[in-house]
Amino acid sequence: MSEFKVTSELLAEHSINQEEYAEIKNILKREPNWVELGIFSVMWSEHASYKNSIKLLKTLPKDGDYMLAKAGEENAGVVDIGDGLAVSFKIESHNHPSALEPYHGAATGVGGILRDIFTMGARPIAVLDSLRFGNPENPQVKHLIKGVVNGIADYGNCFGVPTVGGEIYFEDSFEGNPLVNAMAVGILKHKDLAKSGAKGLGNHVVYVGAKTGRDGIHGATFASVELSNESEEKRTAVQVGDPFMEKLLLEATLEVIQKGLVVAIQDMGAAGLTCSSSEMAGKTGVGIEIDVAKVPQREIGMSTYEIMLSESQERMLIIVEPKNFDALQDIFHKWDLEAVIIGEVKDDGLLTVKNKDIIEAQIPAETLVLGGKAPVYTRETTIPGYLHKTRSLDVNQLPESKDYADILVKLLQSPNIASKRAVFRQYDHMVQINSVVEPGSDAAVVKIKDTNKALALSTDCNSRYCWLDPYEGAKGAVAESARNVVCSGAKPLAITNCLNFGNPYKPEVYWTFSEVIRGMTDACKAFGTPVTGGNVSFYNENPTGAIYPTPVIGMLGLIEDSSKVITQFFKNDGDLIYLLGKECMEIGGSEYLKVIHNQISGYPPKVDLNAEQELFILMLELIDRRLIKSAHDCSEGGLLVCLAESCFSPDGSNKGIEIEYNPKIRKDIAYFGEAHSRIIVSISPDTKQEFLNTVTASALEYMYLGKVKGSEYIINEDLAVDTKILREFWEKGIDL
Amino acid sequence: MKVSVITFPGSNCDHDAMEAFALRGHEVKNIWHKDHDLQSPDLVILPGGFSYGDYLRCGSIAKFSPIMKEVISYAQKGGMLFGICNGFQILTECGLLPGTLMMNKSLQFICQHQYIRVESNDTPYTYGLDKGKALDIPIAHKEGNFFIDEAGLKSLQDNNRIVFRYCDKDGNATPEANPNGALDNIAGICNKERNVMGMMPHPERAASEHVVSQDGLFIIKAIENYFNHR
Repeated sequence: MSEFKVTSELLAEHSINQEEYAEIKNILKREPNWVELGIFSVMWSEHASYKNSIKLLKTLPKDGDYMLAKAGEENAGVVDIGDGLAVSFKIESHNHPSALEPYHGAATGVGGILRDIFTMGARPIAVLDSLRFGNPENPQVKHLIKGVVNGIADYGNCFGVPTVGGEIYFEDSFEGNPLVNAMAVGILKHKDLAKSGAKGLGNHVVYVGAKTGRDGIHGATFASVELSNESEEKRTAVQVGDPFMEKLLLEATLEVIQKGLVVAIQDMGAAGLTCSSSEMAGKTGVGIEIDVAKVPQREIGMSTYEIMLSESQERMLIIVEPKNFDALQDIFHKWDLEAVIIGEVKDDGLLTVKNKDIIEAQIPAETLVLGGKAPVYTRETTIPGYLHKTRSLDVNQLPESKDYADILVKLLQSPNIASKRAVFRQYDHMVQINSVVEPGSDAAVVKIKDTNKALALSTDCNSRYCWLDPYEGAKGAVAESARNVVCSGAKPLAITNCLNFGNPYKPEVYWTFSEVIRGMTDACKAFGTPVTGGNVSFYNENPTGAIYPTPVIGMLGLIEDSSKVITQFFKNDGDLIYLLGKECMEIGGSEYLKVIHNQISGYPPKVDLNAEQELFILMLELIDRRLIKSAHDCSEGGLLVCLAESCFSPDGSNKGIEIEYNPKIRKDIAYFGEAHSRIIVSISPDTKQEFLNTVTASALEYMYLGKVKGSEYIINEDLAVDTKILREFWEKGIDL
Repeated sequence: MKVSVITFPGSNCDHDAMEAFALRGHEVKNIWHKDHDLQSPDLVILPGGFSYGDYLRCGSIAKFSPIMKEVISYAQKGGMLFGICNGFQILTECGLLPGTLMMNKSLQFICQHQYIRVESNDTPYTYGLDKGKALDIPIAHKEGNFFIDEAGLKSLQDNNRIVFRYCDKDGNATPEANPNGALDNIAGICNKERNVMGMMPHPERAASEHVVSQDGLFIIKAIENYFNHR
């Protein structure tokens, strides 16, 4: 190691700047060696350190009545749902790997988030995937879509967790830099909650799971720079997943946690062994000493640097009391998995990495981790120039199209609105037999075994709204995700978020980030839904610039009585259809504006947080009193699109409607404009009076729209078409 | 009934099968694949999932699991053995059922509600069911495209061993109603002695109140009827 010399090229390769390098020398009181440089590089990367986001993230509301583990405390947030049970859930991005290797990138994205959940002691019961791609007509994009969907399917299906929901959007801004965000949700008993902070001097540090290979080296650093033409060369930074191994790891891990054999546990995700060991030590201020020679390896001749930085999948690090090691090892062996002692807990606060007898790295653990000495930056912000242009939209200048049938058909065929069945039928969404509401309705609903309860889950973000106004867009994302779970009868409890942005060193990008945080904060406070964790993904750029700001919200809702769950689909002829909320007066950022007028402009719809919260309270009361037969969030595509969606029953049958609502304003806006705080409900005529009494007792506006009737979709005198024909257009929108 | 469900590494519908039968009040046991004792069951289930990751070929490694020796001898003695999805694949791999399950025609995994028609009620698994009845039983597989040579197909047909065919909701076994390209729309078959049954659809996924279809209960109740009346 004596000839090792740190050069500026080497620092650049490790994405460490001069200022950071000076700090490293200050910490070590010497020059770092090659291994140490690698360790600092991954731990201080954007991906692991959140150095450019943590200041703002700390302003998000994270306290709530039901929190058992708050944001930043553990691998994932944990929310109490009563009866001694808790939910652990989190969303994470795997954007850059998926851009290069869509199949493995997406698969390991799912694998990584599942491990985050079962390291907490929770059994994963649902996965949702929030995906964004460029124009699906482009063959390159099609290749990405197919690869990503296939990767998610193969991993989740084999692992045995139902993929119950999510979203897919197509926007030119994601060309070349797709977004692949995976959310996992797990259930645990309070007593089985596992922690990650290492404790107990002399306790064993045990490596379990798959062997370490050379895949994924520097994945975290790779995720922290922009993609470029040279990115192809970093293909080895993409990991390869083995869902079968993960399934075995799940069963063995839960078994050792439930048997009380674990002091602490952390999965090896981004930055692999380096991150897990330094975080476990850094969290509790102890030291950890490991010997890389003892790490099970699948390739010959791996260096200490490679072993420490490998992001091979399906591995965990466990702290075990020596007296429990044999019992723990027996369980892993039962599942044909490795469990090897590679080190011990020390009292020196150092991460010490040895290769047999040679010390290869020695760094104070807390200097590596978030909340310790990892760098924290404040970035500049500037209002982006494009907003001048987008905000100058004059609706009066827009030609008013009156061929409503033509507009409706075009919107239903638009990939953003069209049926996503071609995608979700590739995901096993029924395994574990808890799926009360299958994909296709506003929120997925999953029953909790041995209780009467169910969880409603939704991921939401309209990137277009966030681009046009990041503050309102972020508020809207939280509001819509909450509205979606409310529509199924669930009380919104908490959120996880995945914040996808461009390069934070661009002040315009950072302004959108700071506005999004502000919007999310206001909305989460209004709904009482704390942020339980998640992830930030910066540097999502393609040659034409940053992606649209995309804060994906994953909402957790709780239903106390699963027999009261409702879906968005109309049920019986003669049922009455109402709109809870106002007539739409807005058109900015709508799918109509994009598809028909070929522009993305205007102000996106604003959320009145008080009205939204009142709407939730009213809806939940109506559902609780069984006064509602269907409820559908009236969002993208506007009123006519959402009415049509409620006509397309998932069993393949179609309902007709006869709508008598005659707008007082410009009809294209009323029919296709998009606004928040609106829900389309249907009720039985028998309960009309009770329904109206309840609705009028609230201060909310509402409107009678019409009836469920026959097989034709009829809107005033404006439109009459067989619902079946509409459905055919809607179903062929996405072809995989 | 005493029901033993085998867990192979990678099985992921084992607990679903156990839950569905436990809900009906049966005594359910979970048998680890390295065990050698089936615990004197009335019914053995090879569950769905991805035994050994479905690496090499679906079901091909599971047939070497230690417990399979006992399973095969149990079946040869006439014991009721029910393979669902991956369990069906294992049964064809170890020769207890003929034919093979190839990749779906679309080359994609398919998870959806699927109607299947009762073709034979002369089995313990369809005992007392109306022939021609269409049941909504979910499928979830990538390799469910049943294939067998001509002679084998003829033997299945002639011996009334095709138990279920894919169909539409009115019971028509048309090419359009065939989700995976299976020969003759075959969704499930039994052996000559009719004690061993394999099917790709998952009756256990349609056997509890809170899920979308309850048609799987027809099959579970048929098994109970057979057990009580034989």
